[in-house]
Amino acid sequence: MKYLKFLLVGIFFGIVLVKSEAVSWYRIYEMFRFQSFHMYGIIGTAIASGILFLQISKRGIIKSIKGADIFVPKKEKGITKYIVGGIIFGLGWALIGACPGPMYILLGTGVYSMIIVIAAAILGTYIYGALKDKLPH
Amino acid sequence: MEYILNPWPWYVSGPLIAVVMALLLYFGKTFGMSSNLRTMCSIMGAGKAASFFKFNWKEQIWNLIVVLGAVIGGFIATQYLSNDSLTDLNPATVVELQNMGFENSGATLVPNEVYSIEALITPKGLLLLVLGGLLVGFGTRYAGGCTSGHAITGLSSLQKPSLIAVIGFFIGGLIMTNFILPLIF
Repeated sequence: MKYLKFLLVGIFFGIVLVKSEAVSWYRIYEMFRFQSFHMYGIIGTAIASGILFLQISKRGIIKSIKGADIFVPKKEKGITKYIVGGIIFGLGWALIGACPGPMYILLGTGVYSMIIVIAAAILGTYIYGALKDKLPH
Repeated sequence: MEYILNPWPWYVSGPLIAVVMALLLYFGKTFGMSSNLRTMCSIMGAGKAASFFKFNWKEQIWNLIVVLGAVIGGFIATQYLSNDSLTDLNPATVVELQNMGFENSGATLVPNEVYSIEALITPKGLLLLVLGGLLVGFGTRYAGGCTSGHAITGLSSLQKPSLIAVIGFFIGGLIMTNFILPLIF
């Protein structure tokens, strides 16, 4: 039962990303060609709403379910890993038109080839983990 | 009902994505979809080979449940909450893609030219999917997050590392879409 809320959040997430067309390969293509405002609108309003939520919760107006402060972990400092890792991620994102969330969601919409992509993404993550200490961060 | 069955406008969709982030923070967790890839490595025993995968993956089960929900949500949205409306793409995009060999752009969520079984069984088609998956999986862990962790959560919490990562996402995406995709198709 304690996992039910996470299942429901996941279902909601999947529905929103399909209905918003954020899982559309074409929308990602259009975004990187600057031919549509749609994806910029989605990401922009998501961030604006997110900032609003976090600013309100920072003032202690909203607490977590356990009554604790709402907390976003701080990312480690660094530049290289963010820019290099980010570029590699972006190359893949634009090629297959899906980032990790949409990969799972598209599988649910019946895009079964996505299993290959997910398996490759798991392998890619494994390769990173194996090479981690040899990479510049 | 039409409002639900038609594609949702960006100004509705964006705030709803923020609601997903807010709910997970409210439950004491964070919004990060790529972490699950690392968890799956760990479950499959990668911890024996690399310390990066040595952690108690049972603490991440909640996130795998979010993934399961996302799959179900994708199914529900296409089966019960959609009509046959096309993605309202820029006509210029459609023409451009047609010239690259993409037919019926916007009729489906993903192009048959990339994702159909017919495409998958060609060496080129298989290679593209594997390469795309490898780049996303490797890059997201290198950068410490993906669109949900950096673009949504990181930028919402005004973190500079996330801004750098998102700039990287866009550099990579712009290079792929504008310079490499035209060479592939």
